[in-house]
Amino acid sequence: MTAPYVQVRNLRRVFDVSKPWLNRVLEGGERQFLKAVDGVSFDIAKGETFALVGESGSGKSTVARMVVGLLPPTSGEVTIAGVSMTDRAAAAERQRLRRRIQMIFQDPYASLNPRWRVDRIIAEPIRAFKLIEGDRAIRDRVGELLTLVGLHPDDGRKYPHEFSGGQRQRVAIARALASNAEFIVCDEPTSALDVSVQAQILNLMRDLQDKFGLTYLFISHNLAIVRHMATRIGVMYLGRIVEISGGRELFAAPKHPYTRMLLDAVPDIGMTGRQRIPVAGEIPNPINPPPGCTFHPRCPYANERCRREIPPLEEGAACHAVHERRIDMPAAA
Amino acid sequence: MTEPVLSVRDLRVEFVTRRGVLKAIDGVSFDIAKGEVLGVVGESGAGKSVTGSAIIGLIDPPGRIAGGEIWLSGSRIDNLPPEEMRKVRGKRIGMIFQDPLTSLNPLYRIGEQLVETIQTHTDLSASAARRRAIELLAEVGIPAPERRIDGYPHEFSGGMRQRVVIALALCAEPELIIADEPTTALDVSVQAQIIALLKRLGRERGTAIMLITHDMGVIAETADRVAVMYAGRIAEIGPVRDVVQNPLHPYARGLMGAIPTLAQDADRLVQIPGSMPRLSAIPPGCPFHPRCPHAWERCTVDRPAPLPHGASQVACHLYDRNDPTAEAHQRMTHPPAEEGVAA
Repeated sequence: MTAPYVQVRNLRRVFDVSKPWLNRVLEGGERQFLKAVDGVSFDIAKGETFALVGESGSGKSTVARMVVGLLPPTSGEVTIAGVSMTDRAAAAERQRLRRRIQMIFQDPYASLNPRWRVDRIIAEPIRAFKLIEGDRAIRDRVGELLTLVGLHPDDGRKYPHEFSGGQRQRVAIARALASNAEFIVCDEPTSALDVSVQAQILNLMRDLQDKFGLTYLFISHNLAIVRHMATRIGVMYLGRIVEISGGRELFAAPKHPYTRMLLDAVPDIGMTGRQRIPVAGEIPNPINPPPGCTFHPRCPYANERCRREIPPLEEGAACHAVHERRIDMPAAA
Repeated sequence: MTEPVLSVRDLRVEFVTRRGVLKAIDGVSFDIAKGEVLGVVGESGAGKSVTGSAIIGLIDPPGRIAGGEIWLSGSRIDNLPPEEMRKVRGKRIGMIFQDPLTSLNPLYRIGEQLVETIQTHTDLSASAARRRAIELLAEVGIPAPERRIDGYPHEFSGGMRQRVVIALALCAEPELIIADEPTTALDVSVQAQIIALLKRLGRERGTAIMLITHDMGVIAETADRVAVMYAGRIAEIGPVRDVVQNPLHPYARGLMGAIPTLAQDADRLVQIPGSMPRLSAIPPGCPFHPRCPHAWERCTVDRPAPLPHGASQVACHLYDRNDPTAEAHQRMTHPPAEEGVAA
């Protein structure tokens, strides 16, 4: 068996959220740390879409930023295509790898330079990595990329503000493809878009994946979108992955009590009128998370052990109640 | 038949700009009955929020109500002088907005804000108003309200803040609550709690609720009836079950198909080519015709009026029984444009 394309091992990120030193001295108070990501591990196979889903503050975007190298991890390791993204020794190899990794952000307004024409925005990675020589050849390539994402080559002469939100997201995708990327990290790519436009962008992303064999790390808070896009899904809660499983399985037979609660909370357009478990409580303050399993204050299955020990991620779920069979397992459909 | 709490008749809202008059709302009519939740859905720019603002009289210049009537429990409110309208707002119509932080004053304790609102609209004494505020906080599900009433807005989480805003909207026991994207800023697990709360309040108090949102899931769970808006007009309005599960208008059909769901697998989502027209360039005839797979010549010139169809009303020529060609167009579809790019 070959190694997975992306390997993330025990990734941690701690933010120092203490008051300034002088305030601490004068007013007292301890240093405070926020564990945004606490020991996250997962693999992504080539050509697969792995999704991280969770509510705000669960650390999913922090993971995405560490995977592409926008944020250095506190500890842990990220390996992409056999090259370590965290090891200092691999700097030269990493430089070559960078071109093949791209990111698409939530807000296409903020991620495109408003003073540049779109053709210059898309040509930038081509010039920066010296992929094609000659202005003419570059212009042809940009036109080709614009056509690929469903825009017209003439649209390259326009500025970002002349496009609608969905079209801007298409430009961002064209830019990601400009460097012949293999692995694209998408952080809430459609959250700012209307549903009919969102459908266009999601369809486009799937078409491009089929065409170029792209690998996606897909970050979203919307479970329905994740179900539509992902082959495998990791559910995050307060900086940890609480459940990881194949797309279908997760929705047919969720294991972790948090996943069950989350699935149950999604407003149901099918209008089946099913009885739902009422949602209890809110995400606790991540600066001072509950000891043991961080979900225990909201969990109907919590016992003494859950309040004390952090459950390891085994059998696809990080939950003592699942491991001890204290919770009835839904039959896999 | 009892009188509806809110009745909007042929409402038109215009914005006068240097480049001409933009019609943000063009001939919108609907009713909301006592205890009923009317969901108003549509994509950005469809005119959902402007409709809400028009009802509470908060359209600022250069915008203006250019025509139509708004009736609240039998009295007309769209032509009231500003002073009179201020009494209606808050007292008879409660409002809940997307961002609870903008509806709360960060410098005052929430108790002060609640008591002030209660005393403005009723003649309760200060201590009675405070007791009432605590009752309201308890009713919207804030734990330990007698302690939390002295907290500042920043001490509450997003979901709890939205509960405070709902309590604030309930202070004067309004007949109608207009909730504009009340759960959009909240996480799903909190959103479910707020939806359940709104539903319960509508049921128990008989308050009519106009729920404006872009989230079909929220509508499907909460509303009794739904109005689907497109380019400042109502494309389809009817009972929630009919509109969500068996939409008639081609736009409503496209919209429902575009939403990925938890219940079913779809290889590709239905995509509507193009995007909503700008207000400055609303196409003549049916505003949806450039994106519609069934459109024919009539759609490009003749604006469809709302036609009754079952319990719903739909503004589409396909359902015009007097047009002999409509049925043929119903079956016929143009090849859908592959990638939606508006020129």
